[in-house]
Amino acid sequence: MIDKTTLWIVIIGLGIGSFGLRFVFTGLVGDREMPAWLLRHLRYTAVAILPALVAPQVLAPAATGGEFDPARFTAAIVALAVGVITKNVLLAIISGAATLYGLLWLLG
Amino acid sequence: MAITTTKSAFRKGIADAAPFVLVIVPFSTLFGILATEAGLNVFETLAFSVVVIAGAAQFTALQLMQENAPTAIVLASALAVNLRMAMYSASLTPYIGAAPLWQRALAAYVTVDQSYVCAMAQYEKEPDMTIRERMSYFFGCVTPIIPLWYLFTLVGALLGTQIPQSWALDFALPITFLAMIAPMFRTPAHVVAALVASVTALAAAAVPYSLGLILAGLAGMIAGAQTELWSERRAQRAAL
Repeated sequence: MIDKTTLWIVIIGLGIGSFGLRFVFTGLVGDREMPAWLLRHLRYTAVAILPALVAPQVLAPAATGGEFDPARFTAAIVALAVGVITKNVLLAIISGAATLYGLLWLLG
Repeated sequence: MAITTTKSAFRKGIADAAPFVLVIVPFSTLFGILATEAGLNVFETLAFSVVVIAGAAQFTALQLMQENAPTAIVLASALAVNLRMAMYSASLTPYIGAAPLWQRALAAYVTVDQSYVCAMAQYEKEPDMTIRERMSYFFGCVTPIIPLWYLFTLVGALLGTQIPQSWALDFALPITFLAMIAPMFRTPAHVVAALVASVTALAAAAVPYSLGLILAGLAGMIAGAQTELWSERRAQRAAL
């Protein structure tokens, strides 16, 4: 059983802390000029951190206890490939999901 | 479809973020279910989602509280999971830093993986958008995401039964993120950044408190920036 005081400290602390992390640059830097080297790195934030977030789940999904799963791996590759080729996000999601369910069904 | 007014920017944001409904609904429902199973009442569960709005950090905090970890550890770990939000904030700053403070504060509250990636993809594709159009677009992206995050946390808390694992909902997140970033691979530098970050994330999987993710992000950003510099220099030499 989670202690109620602990719970509310965590909810409020996490709320304030998360807001702080989200606001730290947009709020404090605002429209001040940022150095070119920093901007050059920030251009790659999205394409670096999201694949890093996803890669472990693609190769070692928690749902299969960290075991490599051919269905999930293939679904990820299909979603990525369709996205790169067609630039169509929805088509990529549908292709990935269809692959996942198709293979899960086929491989039992 | 090119954006011509702030209203069309808002509408385009809604349309572009709509696919994320497929992720938000199962994940917020799951949080609602797990939180009530951990002994939180409906109000506490909903408050958690409204105050924090961060799926992975919420799951982390819940897990650690159930294991009776010290409060400071719970907070530090969940915030470490959320550390990428500071990187998102930095990368959004060149695009929305000139907006009014209250709009930036509101945008910060609703900055999640989905709204961030949606907005960045659009800002990079159409660099000529005005600040007002960018903010309208951002709040458009958020519209199909955040209210559903609240609503389905509530549904999960009221439902309180497990979703069968055979639905494989764990994989809704990887698929939608991959689909969303795929169109962003416009230059070799973007591809190098993604590859280096992925390999680093796998190598650093054992680093505690999700800090491996931050290391992987930084490695990818450095790799992307270096590749960009290298291709610029090569293009200059070719021009001489």
